[in-house]
Formats: sequence, structure tokens, C-alpha cells
Amino acid sequence: MTEKFLLNMQNIEKEYFGNKVLKGVNLQIKPGEIHALMGENGAGKSTLMNVLFGMPVIHSTGGFEGTVEINGEQVEITSPQEAMEHGIGMVHQEFMLIPGFTITENIKVGREISKPTLSSKIFSKKLEELDIDSMRADAREDLRKTGLDIAEYVKVAGLPVGYMQFVEIAREIDKTGVKLLVFDEPTAVLTESEADNLLETMKKIAASGISIVFITHRLDEVMAVADSLTILRDGEFVTRIETKDTTVERIAELMIGRKTEKLVDDMEDDRVIDTNNIALSMKDYYVDMPGEEVKGLDLDIYKGEIFGIGGLAGQGKIGIPNGIMGLYKTEGEVKLFGESLNLDKLGEALSKGIAFVSEDRRGVGLLLDEPIYNNIAFSAMQIKGEFLKSYGLFRLFDVKQAKEHAEDMIKLFDIRTTGPSQEAGALSGGNQQKVCLARAITMKPDVLLVSEPTRGIDIGAKKLVLEYLVKINREQGITIVVVSSELVELRSVCDRIAIISDGKVNRILKPDSSDAEFGLAMAGAKGGE
Amino acid sequence: MELEKRTFADWLNENKVVVLFVILCVLAIYASGYSLSFVGAELFTRIGRNGFTVLSLLIPVLAGMGLNFGITIGAIAAQIAVFWVVYWGFEGIQGFLICVLLSTPIAMLFGFLVGKLFNKMKGSEMIAGMVLGYFADGLYQFFFLFVIGGVIPVVSETLLIAGNVGVKNTIDLAGNLKYALDTVSMLQLVDVFLVVSIILLGIKLLFKYVRKINVDIKKNIVFVALAIVLFGLSYVGPITRFLAQDRLLLRHALYIMTVIIIAVQVQKIVINKHIKKDEAFNLTGAIFPIILMLVLNILQFIPQVSQLLDFVRIPVTTYLLIALLCLFNNALLNTVLGQNMRTVGQSRVVANSAGIDVDKTRVIAMIFSTVLACWGQLIYLQNIGTFSTYGAHTQVGQFAIAALLVGGASVQKATNKQAIIGVILFHTLFIVAPQAGKNLFDNAQLGEYFRVFVAYGVIAVSLAMHAWNVVKKPKEEKLEPVKTSD
Amino acid sequence: MEERKESLVDKIGMPRIIIISFFLILLIAAVPLGLSFTGLLSDTIRRWAMYGILVLAMVPAVQSGIGLNFGISLGIVAGLLGATLSIQLGFSSPWISLFVALGFGTFFSIFLGIGYGQILNRVKGSEMTVSTYVGFSVIAFMNIVWLSLPFTSGELIWPLGGKGMRNTISLQSSYGEVLNNWLAFDIAGVRVPTGLILFFLGACFLVWLFMRSKTGVAMSATGANPTFTKSSGIETDRMRILGTMVSTMLGAIGIIIYSQSYGFLQLYNAPLMMGFHCVAAVLIGGATVSRAKISHVILGTFLFQGILTVALPVVNNLLPESNLSDVIRIIISNGIILYALSKTKGGSK
Repeated sequence: MTEKFLLNMQNIEKEYFGNKVLKGVNLQIKPGEIHALMGENGAGKSTLMNVLFGMPVIHSTGGFEGTVEINGEQVEITSPQEAMEHGIGMVHQEFMLIPGFTITENIKVGREISKPTLSSKIFSKKLEELDIDSMRADAREDLRKTGLDIAEYVKVAGLPVGYMQFVEIAREIDKTGVKLLVFDEPTAVLTESEADNLLETMKKIAASGISIVFITHRLDEVMAVADSLTILRDGEFVTRIETKDTTVERIAELMIGRKTEKLVDDMEDDRVIDTNNIALSMKDYYVDMPGEEVKGLDLDIYKGEIFGIGGLAGQGKIGIPNGIMGLYKTEGEVKLFGESLNLDKLGEALSKGIAFVSEDRRGVGLLLDEPIYNNIAFSAMQIKGEFLKSYGLFRLFDVKQAKEHAEDMIKLFDIRTTGPSQEAGALSGGNQQKVCLARAITMKPDVLLVSEPTRGIDIGAKKLVLEYLVKINREQGITIVVVSSELVELRSVCDRIAIISDGKVNRILKPDSSDAEFGLAMAGAKGGE
Repeated sequence: MELEKRTFADWLNENKVVVLFVILCVLAIYASGYSLSFVGAELFTRIGRNGFTVLSLLIPVLAGMGLNFGITIGAIAAQIAVFWVVYWGFEGIQGFLICVLLSTPIAMLFGFLVGKLFNKMKGSEMIAGMVLGYFADGLYQFFFLFVIGGVIPVVSETLLIAGNVGVKNTIDLAGNLKYALDTVSMLQLVDVFLVVSIILLGIKLLFKYVRKINVDIKKNIVFVALAIVLFGLSYVGPITRFLAQDRLLLRHALYIMTVIIIAVQVQKIVINKHIKKDEAFNLTGAIFPIILMLVLNILQFIPQVSQLLDFVRIPVTTYLLIALLCLFNNALLNTVLGQNMRTVGQSRVVANSAGIDVDKTRVIAMIFSTVLACWGQLIYLQNIGTFSTYGAHTQVGQFAIAALLVGGASVQKATNKQAIIGVILFHTLFIVAPQAGKNLFDNAQLGEYFRVFVAYGVIAVSLAMHAWNVVKKPKEEKLEPVKTSD
Repeated sequence: MEERKESLVDKIGMPRIIIISFFLILLIAAVPLGLSFTGLLSDTIRRWAMYGILVLAMVPAVQSGIGLNFGISLGIVAGLLGATLSIQLGFSSPWISLFVALGFGTFFSIFLGIGYGQILNRVKGSEMTVSTYVGFSVIAFMNIVWLSLPFTSGELIWPLGGKGMRNTISLQSSYGEVLNNWLAFDIAGVRVPTGLILFFLGACFLVWLFMRSKTGVAMSATGANPTFTKSSGIETDRMRILGTMVSTMLGAIGIIIYSQSYGFLQLYNAPLMMGFHCVAAVLIGGATVSRAKISHVILGTFLFQGILTVALPVVNNLLPESNLSDVIRIIISNGIILYALSKTKGGSK
């Protein structure tokens, strides 16, 4: 029985500068159904939605391959405006609301109802008078449909986050002819009761004939509300199934997939990890990093191990090392080899022997306009007073020494550059990452925190970086904590892996634990160890 | 009980700038020893002279472009026109209207260019405006000192420096443009009103019946009727004499204003509260002007105030134009264009995703502001009567912006009310400061320096406060989500 | 990332090319007009060295991340206070007079600089806008101060019992031109004010040393990337205050050196636009809103002062009775600032 699909995206392929992000993905939505779009980070969910939406980022980078059909007719959507005209609306994760405007104004933004006047006839349509009464009537109706009980003339500023979500929805359903609504991680910022309200509203909207696509990783929500789901993995289409035909475990498994390859060659391992010798311990640890909050985490990392921290984006894994380095406000207790760290004091972690390679190498990790030798020597110079030469009362930067050291690092990491004096900003992403690593190593740390170590690096360099990490761990006993969104990477080099969900440790797994276990942990399923 | 306490202290905090300046003004007036009538006369002259320019600053604030330090450029457009009009020998109200005709396209072009430039510097519009003002001044000086007479052949003993290259420092406008606008009598205004309202009605009828487009003509019919009545009345003896004046006694102006405002507000209240039964209607806000007018009327029983009311005469046309600009600012807000400007001003990101052409909207806002600033400068020049060629436009930006800020406006929000209050307070201080300085410190110069310091200081503090808040707020909001328990 | 070959024009920047060409044209025009080439050169060198330290003040400010220091007026005011105080105290030796002035000026500037730095830390992102008006306000406020300071020295106050200090104070009897004349010599008709040049280059050297010290490197990093710097354990707010303080100090020293070369102290509204000229000079030399080197200062000041020095007599020859020099200065300095501003915030939506 061929049911007519409202939306049929077939064989969508998308490449960003030679990197294939979508490799022949399908998405099929029936009218009035709630469909979940699932997958790990980097699976391609956001890119697929960008394609559907005609976002400029798609078209300015070479467009896409494949077809998009709405109600059986092929369409070309090249701008968000066109998407809207075809009846596709999107409720963003970052609210597109204006706090200083009333709910009515926000609902009608850019689409105000107006009455013609004399000047509007002579000069321009834009001089038409606003028809506030009609707009308020429409807004009242939209609010009623979303079930939100609030006056339409209230200002959005000061509304609880949950209400704002509903105003966003109200805005989308106000658009005439809306057939499909896309929700991007809608419950991420809501409390439990707000999330329940939202799911109820979604059901109402779907019942009125509007289809819903919602991107989420929360398995319980999917089982509660979705009719069907599509799973993507690494840019590939895995499957499309009806919710009633599957289970939480199966979905988790499909999201992770089967990967048996190891990224690094096996090395000699005659370490003895003493579980009583705790290098880094965190208790009731909170980090206020916007988008990656840590919410009361407990964790012990043993000396000499390579410890992995994984989890989906936004769940808090990135917040962990950033908090320790004092880049964001923290609370709770963090101990280094038994000694409490005062994280409010800037540079505390660095001076006590913890070095950090940030995931944001251009933003945090480098001085792009400065030469490589300056970048590499900087932290050691500031914290430990190295690379300085005394001239009586003065201590000046010893450029010669820094250059020599940089040469050594360039050889060690095989950094492709014209020399130690080249500006860091001129290097490719992978080589920049190596410079960041070099800077951390120059500090001769006891504990090394590396956040997304091989992001944006090609396969050959990936191997080199990971092998180096293993090497310094085995040979020098440096405790390494690797935070990464690539499970393969973590399972290749780590002794133990903690999966972070909702700002806390969901479970700690071994590299050879089953895919389902990893999947469930990432999805935040309760009932772990 | 607690809610009320908060409200008053809050009100005080929100309006701290205005309150501070009211106190300062009262003290300064007292210290100067000037009579209320003297201060009042000077003040009302200055309001007429500067009010329009200050009001031209509102639109850029609305559109998120901050304080328009570039209004100097609008003033320059006006001055270019004034020079040529004086050179060609036009006088009176015709001369003034030709200035308007000549300067407006120039101002529109300038506004367009400034808008384009500001679009390249989103986020730094204010510093760009400041520097642009100085840059434009340099070009203006180059034009007036070397091009006029040097490149463009102009021969005039009165206007050019000896040697016929470069314009003189001061040009006397007496006899040509001085008081051109101020001397338009009310009779002439009644005539203009009649003609304009009939034309508008005519155009609308054309649209309605010839092109079959539905437009609302009720209001127009009312206006035409009113105009005809006024026109008829103006032939009645005593009324003719009254209307033949070009300046209205402040007392009469007060009475007329009271009647108009109470009528308008009552109409608003009746419609919104009783006919439409609108919950969102701000009753206190609507009643406030009525109470204000009644209070002002009661004040006339104080002898000094009564003296003031009988002493000051305000130029009707100029004040009418200021009132019209206030109405225009409000009317603009009520259009789609105005709403777009507000949206762009609140959030360019949201505006962009809602399909609004952000760049175009900003350029339009700048064009409006520059043209209005240009007209404001024309009003200023015709009132002050002397054209200080190289200096008239330089302080315009500074003082207008300072006045607006004194009235309680900020980089993000500015209203008609704040502009008017600001002009009143700022210029009062300006008038009395030198004498107050002389009486208090035996040094009039000190008073003069003080008022310049106030102008700069108010702007510096306001700019700092604007940047200050922006830093603080996000931090306070962010800490919330961290601690949500589940 | 696309690879683009930067043309020479792109690298140097259009306005800089216009300015250099303009300068050369003026120089060439000077010769046939019969103007003394050596005279012009002497003047240019003198003005270059006397303005230099004021422009140098831009470097620590830009490097520490507070942008172009339009509020250098604060430093200038501190310097003027020190200079007038020194005259009030009346020393017979011009050298002592000068150094006391420098001492007091630097002392005042430290406090003003720290306070100013604290304000700037609260207004991150709008430093230039705020600093311009803080600068103006301070000058306006000082007008009141100059009027009321209880100084008694005949050099300082109006004769015949006038109120307050004079607008222009002659330094002939104190330390006017003392540095200029020290070890000065003539070469091929060009006068070289050795003392002045040595002082300027000395100041440049000291600043260079400072920028190479551990603190200096940290300060420069703060301006380049505050998050990077913070992650290396450095208090960026303190670095910014340090940069502001050093900038203000150089402003104080700069105005004293400038005045001694000029021969007069100018109070009241004279220094109002000096901030703009210093900013323009360093931008002409190649600096940007976020990076400034000492080489930019040396080159930029030379070009800027050069044009002004040469333009005046050249134009006076062509069009007598004009103050074109002033107009040119306004157009050039504001033009280049506008250009620099438009380059940084590239149409961010």
C-alpha cells in the first residue's frame, strides 16, 4: 500500500570541502505523523535539516545531491523563505524570540497584518498601518492551539523557558499553510513537567494534521510520542522503523553501530594501575559552561591510566576539563593527587601540573597572529618562568631558546610548516592541533587533559597524535584524560570510558563493552551500574 | 503594600537622570538669580530652535543604531542650501521653502551614504558616526574655504572673504532668512490647513472611486470640515486679529493645549476602555497627561508663573512643526516599516530570519534621521539669525545627543517625551549656568565650562552605562539552568 | 580556506598609498616653489620626534586589547598638571624643571591610568566609544580646574588679577626647548635636535624591552586572544589595566616632551582632539585596531607630521590666506580612522 508521503527526501548527499557529511540519506514523513530523527553527533541530522530548510550554508558550499518531494511534487528549496512558502517551519534550539516584544509581536514578526493608507499607496507598501487588533486576535488563537494559558500582550522577557518554547511553536503554526514542523532537541532546556507539556502539545498539533519531525536522542521521548523514526549514523542512512516495531535497546544499538577497527597499533603495556592512587577526583562537581553544563558529577581517575570521557554534544563532557582549567565557573570539590584544587584561582590547575589541550583550538588554543615558537613557549613561560633570559633586573623572552624548542616539537609531531617563525594561523587545522599539543607537553604535566584531540585531523595525523598520547602514557606515566565525541577513538586508546549524560556520569564502561551498552548510556537511559 | 514601595523606589531609579537634572536646574536657577520669566523666555526660544533636531535622533535609536553622532552631516546639508539661497537672494518664507527643497535631496543622499557605511560597521555605529562627523566637517571646510570661489566662481562682497576665495566666517541672515519660519502667522496656517486637507481628501476620493481601492476617508472628512469651520471663523473680527499673530502668548498656548490634550485622551480612554474593552490598555498612562495639564493650569495662580505666561511668546509654526514631528515619530512606529525598524533594532538575527531586509531598513532609518536633522538645522539657523559658517554644525551632534540623554533616553530606548524633557532641562542649565557660576564662584567662565562639561559628561556616562549593563546581564541569567534538579 | 594572492595594494592598504603619494607630491612641489628643502626637513624631524611619544602611547593600549586610546587626554591632563606644578615650584635649572614635571606627570598618570583601566574593563566591546567621551569630559572638567587652581606663579596666571590660568604658558623661562638643544647639531643645513630624538628613541627602546618581558608578552597575548591568555593562568583584566596605565603614563610624558619642544604649554581645549591625531598617526604607520608595533609608531608619525609640515608652506604659496593645513589634518586623520574602523567589523550580521 503506497501511502502518500508529505515529505520524501531521497538519496541526499552533501559534501563540505571534500568531506562527505551525508552519504545517500532518505527521510520520509507521512502527513500528521510524529517522526523522530536520531543519531550520534556528526551523524548528519542538522545537515539534513539545513538541506530541507534551504539554509545558505548549504548553497554557498556547493549545494546537495538528491531529491526533495513535497506531496509527490519535486521541489527546489534554496532559502528559508521558500521553505516557509512550502509550509515547512522550524522551532530552533536557540530561540528566535525578541525579549522586548510582546507575544503577539513575536508571533507576527516579519509578517505583520496591516491596513493600507494614503501614504502606503503613494510611496511604499511598508508604510501601511499596523492592524494590531487583528494580530492580537490571531495570536490569541495560536496560543489556544498550543494550550498555553497566557495573555497575548505580555512581553516575552521574563517568561520561563518552557513558555518561550511554546511561543516559538505558536509562531510557526501561525504561518498559513504550515504542513511540517521541525523541532531541534526541543526538550533539552525544559524541566521535566515542561517537557511533558511539550510532548502533549506535539500530539495535539500532529492530530490537527501537521507533521512533526523532531531531532532528539532521548529514547524515552521517542517511545512515548513518535510514530516512526529514522536513524542516521556517520552520514549514512541506517533505517526507518515504526516505533511500535522496536525497542529502546535496539535503537541504541543501531545508533552506535558495529565498529571493530582499532585506530592505533597495540603497544607494549606493562603498566600496573593502582586503583588506590587517584590522580584526579571530582565530587559533586558543577561547571557553568553554556551549552555543556556539568550538574553534580562524581568521578575518580587513577594515576597512569588513559581515561576516556564520551557522550553526546551538549551533555556536559566538554565542560569537565574546561571547568578544571578555570575557564568557567565551577562548584564542588576537585582533588589532584589528594590535594584540593582552588578552581577560582586562575592558573591553579596549570601551576599544579595539569595541562589542557582545548577543543576550540582557534578560539582558545592559539594566538593565530603569533609565530609558532611563541605559541608553544607561552604557557611554560608564564607559569614556570621558562624561556626567559636574565639581563640584570630584567627578564626578557629568550627567542632563540624558544625557537630551538619549537624546532624539536616540529620534528616530534611532524608539524607541516615553513619554520618556527610561521604564524600559527597559517597552518592547517591538524597542524594547529599539534601546536596546541606541543604547548601542553612543554609544560611537562603530570595530568594531561585533551578535549577532542583529533577533530578535523586527517587519518594519518590522527594515528600519530593518538599513538603519541599512548607513548607518553606508557613511557612517562602521564595520566591522560581524553574527552571525545568519537567513540571509536576512545575505544582505541582508553582503559576506561565514562559516558556523560545530562551533566553527570551515566556509566563507566570498558572499551570492549557492547554497543548496546554504549548506546543506552549515551541516550541517557536510566538504570546503569 | 510591598509592591507599591518597590514601584516608587524603582521609578526613582529608572528616572534617576531626569530627577538629578531637575534638582540641578532648580538649584542653578536659584543660584543665578534670574527671574522665571527671563529664563522662561530664553527657554522657549531655545526649545523652538533645537527641539526638532533632538527629535530627529529618535529613529536611529529605534533601529538599533544607537545615538546618531552623524547628524552633523544633516546639518551640513542644510548649510550648503542656506549658502546658495542667500547668495541667490531669496527671502522670507519662500527662501526658507527653497532651502528645504534644495537641502532635502542632498540630505537624502548623505543619509544613504551614512547608512551604507554604518552597515559595514554594525556594532560600532556610534564611534563611526563620531569620526564621520569630523571627517565630514573637514570636507565641508574644504568645500567652503577653497571650492566656493576657487573652483566654483562666486562673486560676493558680503559672503566671500576678500580675494573671493572662501566663504566668510559669519553670514548675517537678517533681511533674508531670519525668522522666516517664525513669522508665519496663524492666519496663513489656517489657509495652508484648508488647502492641504482638501487636497488629501481629493486624492483619497480619487483612489476610492477611480481606482476602486478601499481607503478610510472618515478622518479626512472630519479634517476638511474642521478646516472649513476654522477658515470661516477666521473672518470674524477679533479672531482675525488673534490669528494674524505669528507668536502665541504662552498663556493662550497653555489653554489651547489643555483643551486638545484632554479631548484626545478622553477619546482614547472611551474607545479603548469602554468600546473595545481592551485589557492591555494602560489606563494610568492615559490619565496621566490629563492630570498633568490640570496641574499646569493650577500652577498659573502662582504669581511668578502667571508673569511667565504673560511674558513669553512662542512662534506658532515652529512649535507646530515640532508637534508634527512627534506625531510623525509615533505614526511611523505604527507602520510596518516602523515595526521592521524596531525588530531590526531589537535583534538583527531574528529580523533576518523573519525575512526582513536588515541592511535596507537601517539605511532607510538613516535617511529619515539625516533629512530631519537637516530640517532641524534650517529651523535653528532661521531662528538664531546668524550663520556661523564653520561652527554652526560642529556642536549640533554633541548638544542634541546630550539633551536627549538628559531627558532619560539611552542608547537603546528614546521617546518623544524624553526628547522634549531633555531639551527643557539641558537648555535651562545652559541658560543659567554662567550667571550661577558668577554668583557662586565669582566666575562666569566657570559656569560656561560647567555646562560644556555637563554635555560631555552626560554622554560619557550614558555610553558607559549602556556598555556596562550589557556585560552584566547575561552573566546573571546564565547561572539559572545549572542547578535545575530533575 | 581559499588561497588568495595578496596584491601589493591590499597589503599596504589603499589609504596608506594615497597618503604616501600625497606626501611625495607635496615634497616634489616644494622644490620648484623655492621653499627651503632643508628647512622643511628640519621641521619634519623635529615634529616627528616631539609627537612620537604621544603616538607611542597607543601601542600598550592596542596590544592589551582596549583598542585605540582616544582617551589619551587623561594622560595628557596628568602631564599638564605635572608641568604646571613644576613651573609653580619654580626651579632655576631647566633640567630639574623638566624632570620634576616628568616626575609629577608620571605620578598622576599612574592613578588616572589605573582608574581609567577599571572603567574600560567594565565596558568591554565599547572601549573606543566610551574612551572618546571620557577623554572629552576630562578636558572639559579640567577647564574648570585650570580656572580654579590656586597657583600663583606669574608665568601661569593671567596678569592684572585675571581669573585662573592662562591658555598658553610660555616655557621660555623654564624648560622650553631644553631637550631639543642638547647636543643639537646642524648637518647640511638640516637641524638635528639630538636630545629630543634620543629621548624619543630611548622611550621606544624601553617600551620595546617591556613588550619583550614576561609581563609584556602576557599583555600582548591579552589583546590578541583573552581566552587563550586566561587559560594560561593570566588575569586578563589586570593586564588591560596595566596596558591602560602604561599608555596613560606615556601620554603624560609625551605631552611634556611635546610642550618643551613647542616652547609653550597649551591648556584648556587645545588638547581636545590630540587623541584623534595620535590614533591617525599610528594607523597610517600600519597599525590596526587590534595590533600595533613600535615600527608603526615611528613610520606613521613621520608620514603624518611630514604631510602637515610640508603642506602648509606649499599650499600657502599656491593659495595665500588659508588654513588648509588644519583642514588637511582633519580630513586625513579622520579619514584613516574611518578606514581602519570599517576594516575590523566586517559586516557582522
